[in-house]
Amino acid sequence: MSLVDVTDLTVEFGSLRAVDGLSFRLERGAALALVGESGSGKSTVAGALLGLHHGTGARIGGSVHVVGTDVQRASDEELRRLRGGKAAMVFQDPLSSLDPYYAIGDQIAEVHRVHARVSRRAARARAVEVLDRVGIPDARRRSRSRPHEFSGGMRQRALIAMALACAPDLLIADEPTTALDVTVQAQILDLLHTLREETGMGLLLVTHDVGVAAESVDEVLVMRHGKAVEHGPVGTVLGAPAQAYTRELLGAVPRVDAPRGASRATDEVVLEATGLGRAFGRGKQQVVAVDDVALTIRRGETLGIVGESGSGKTTLGRMLVGLLEPTAGRISYEGSAHTGVNPAVQMVFQDPVSSLNPRRSVGESIADPLRARGEARGEVGGEGAEERIRERVRALLERVGLEGAHYDRYPHEFSGGQRQRVGIARALAADPRVIVCDEPVSALDVTTQAQVVALLGELQRELGLALVFVAHDLAVVRQVSDRVAVMRRGRIVESGPADEVYDSPRDPYTRRLLAAVPALDPEVAARRRAARRELAVA
Amino acid sequence: MNGFGGFVLRRAVGTVITLLAISVIIYVVFYATPGNVAQITCGPRCSPEQVRQVTEQLRLDDPLYLRYWHFLVGILVGRDYSTGTSLEHCAAPCLGLSYQSDQQVLDIILTKLPVSLSLVLGAMVLWLVLGVGTGVLSAWRRGRISERVLTAVTLAGTATPVFVIGLVLMIVVCGEFQLLPFPQYVPFTDDPEQWAWNLLLPWFSLALIEAAAFARLTRASMLETLAEDHIRTFRAYGVGERAIIRRHALRGALAPVIALNANNVGSAVGGAVLTETLFGLPGIGQELVHAVKVVDLPVVVGMVLVIGFFVVLANAVADVLYAVADRRVVLA
Repeated sequence: MSLVDVTDLTVEFGSLRAVDGLSFRLERGAALALVGESGSGKSTVAGALLGLHHGTGARIGGSVHVVGTDVQRASDEELRRLRGGKAAMVFQDPLSSLDPYYAIGDQIAEVHRVHARVSRRAARARAVEVLDRVGIPDARRRSRSRPHEFSGGMRQRALIAMALACAPDLLIADEPTTALDVTVQAQILDLLHTLREETGMGLLLVTHDVGVAAESVDEVLVMRHGKAVEHGPVGTVLGAPAQAYTRELLGAVPRVDAPRGASRATDEVVLEATGLGRAFGRGKQQVVAVDDVALTIRRGETLGIVGESGSGKTTLGRMLVGLLEPTAGRISYEGSAHTGVNPAVQMVFQDPVSSLNPRRSVGESIADPLRARGEARGEVGGEGAEERIRERVRALLERVGLEGAHYDRYPHEFSGGQRQRVGIARALAADPRVIVCDEPVSALDVTTQAQVVALLGELQRELGLALVFVAHDLAVVRQVSDRVAVMRRGRIVESGPADEVYDSPRDPYTRRLLAAVPALDPEVAARRRAARRELAVA
Repeated sequence: MNGFGGFVLRRAVGTVITLLAISVIIYVVFYATPGNVAQITCGPRCSPEQVRQVTEQLRLDDPLYLRYWHFLVGILVGRDYSTGTSLEHCAAPCLGLSYQSDQQVLDIILTKLPVSLSLVLGAMVLWLVLGVGTGVLSAWRRGRISERVLTAVTLAGTATPVFVIGLVLMIVVCGEFQLLPFPQYVPFTDDPEQWAWNLLLPWFSLALIEAAAFARLTRASMLETLAEDHIRTFRAYGVGERAIIRRHALRGALAPVIALNANNVGSAVGGAVLTETLFGLPGIGQELVHAVKVVDLPVVVGMVLVIGFFVVLANAVADVLYAVADRRVVLA
């Protein structure tokens, strides 16, 4: 009997059909990835395997068998034995997925005791054993730490340790690396791979990232609108997709190895920073977020700033637009020294949900900078001023691919990609020369991501904008940037033309970063994994 | 533990600063008002001679900051009052003299405080048990009939004034069925058993009112915690619903409850006037109302200070409890 056997599964929440007639099987020891964009129903499927939708008002049809349990018909008691005991789940956000009030070792021990009749002491010992197994150094001592004392990667390891505690036959991993830096992601994926080799457990991986799937599984099931689009061996689906949607999805994935092409940069420097630094806090607790950074941004070019979390890239971006005062160094705009906010340097933020006021219409949000400028020039209240502003906002909305009639709509009526377009329109309202984009596409699906990136490119060509593109995603940065600066611990460790930095990185850190990027080709992925292992041994 | 000790120390310093600020505000509000402060302090029936004496004792001719300084020194180390012929010493913490009743304010407060504390602390135990219990139960049984009944009952509790609940309790328990004698305060030190029996009804009436707020807060807070990701983790690992509520949800949900409790305990010490009046308990609240009515300024000021002290103290204790429950607070 298969490890997982799903037949004609449908899950409905109210009138929404999240999963629609899905069938698949997973054999013992095999690995399958459910790949899809947000809203494709992939996480709903993962929840259904453990019966997590029971009692939530969801209507479930079809049959689900997991490790010999008929999930649909199982009693509460049977479900509890299944959950964690036979099939364990690893969740996306490792910080919020652990109880902040208890030591990590105690949480693992608690779960272990649900499934094994062992003493408190033995369960605690098991917790230390699995923590050690997933590579937590000094596991006995660290098992007494609470989640906030762990780094993101360690928390994810701890969650995997929890899953291992009861030696399940199936591991369900729901976006296990989405919240992590690329080097940490590679470590976690390698760990999953090793554990699978050792224990022979099956893996069901849920992910939006095709690269992560290519790294980790034998089979891929591409989902869209709750239905299976394409299902087959990972090499076939990713190498020679049969379906149009799969091809579209793969086409939208930015490649870290694709050259950037011709640059339209001019020699005209618009923004320049020298010796730029920013420290937070005082005395012993002082943290230097940005340290002695020098960069120039020219008209018509895109400067990519790439780095892992905590590298200081967001702090740098905020200083460039004047949202944050530098504690060292200076910024000059078009040759003259400059402090504070400058209308010619605008910003597009990461989260298009929280960076728009939910209680104001998007038109009003875009009109704000226009009004602010009008007030500064004493033009407010003039005959027809209001009408001119509305007209301009409508034009801006149309320019970013929305409709002028969207003026009176509110942010919640838009999708993530549309909201980011609103954010771009707001930045354009002030007629900027430079736009600093802080992770502008990291909250978006790949197809939407590609559209927003294309829009930014178009605007740049048309308006001769200089773009600063701050992101953690190496592939996206390569796709958009003429020049790239790699940041680590507040400093720029390497910078230069994008193709040069990516094709022949000089700094060892840049090399490590590039080696950690998941490859779309499973064979390349396997080679890279082997290379990483050798690096680790050496 | 170093971080925790530091945290407690910082909170203690903050508490002292807050208390000082409160004393300044209270002093300014009551003693820097227009009108003849000495006359008001002494009382309406004072002769000009007595008023002059009060002016001298309280040094009301000095600049405001000096007067406050004497007031503060009195609280911290005590001060002497000359009554013309003799010298009366008022030991620290000296809250001044009541010229109307010819007593030290502290003595007046100290006779009333045990009554108020007995009432409030006893009622607190009840309202926490009733309120948190009901809240947890209705969060657990959400959407079912039992939850709706609980919600209705707690709502009725909030909406009913204390004198209605108290009166009904008294009429039924003491009048109709004569299960208890009509309440009459017996000091704990005289007879602990009678103390408890007599306070039982006041405790219940005060607790029933307060419990409703706690029930609703606990329910909301529980539902919020139950929707968090880490709860989902433990459900996905087969941990039973009881254990999830007991071990994981309740602890997170209690933080706002601790905060509300601190506020309510602090303010109920001086604010349970209705309950005290209804049951004839000679507590702080009743005395404060009396002092306000006869405009006994030193007593009013002393009481307001003491009440402020309890509110601040209760909040400081809540902060430390918070930190014990959730060590991340210490880092913030």
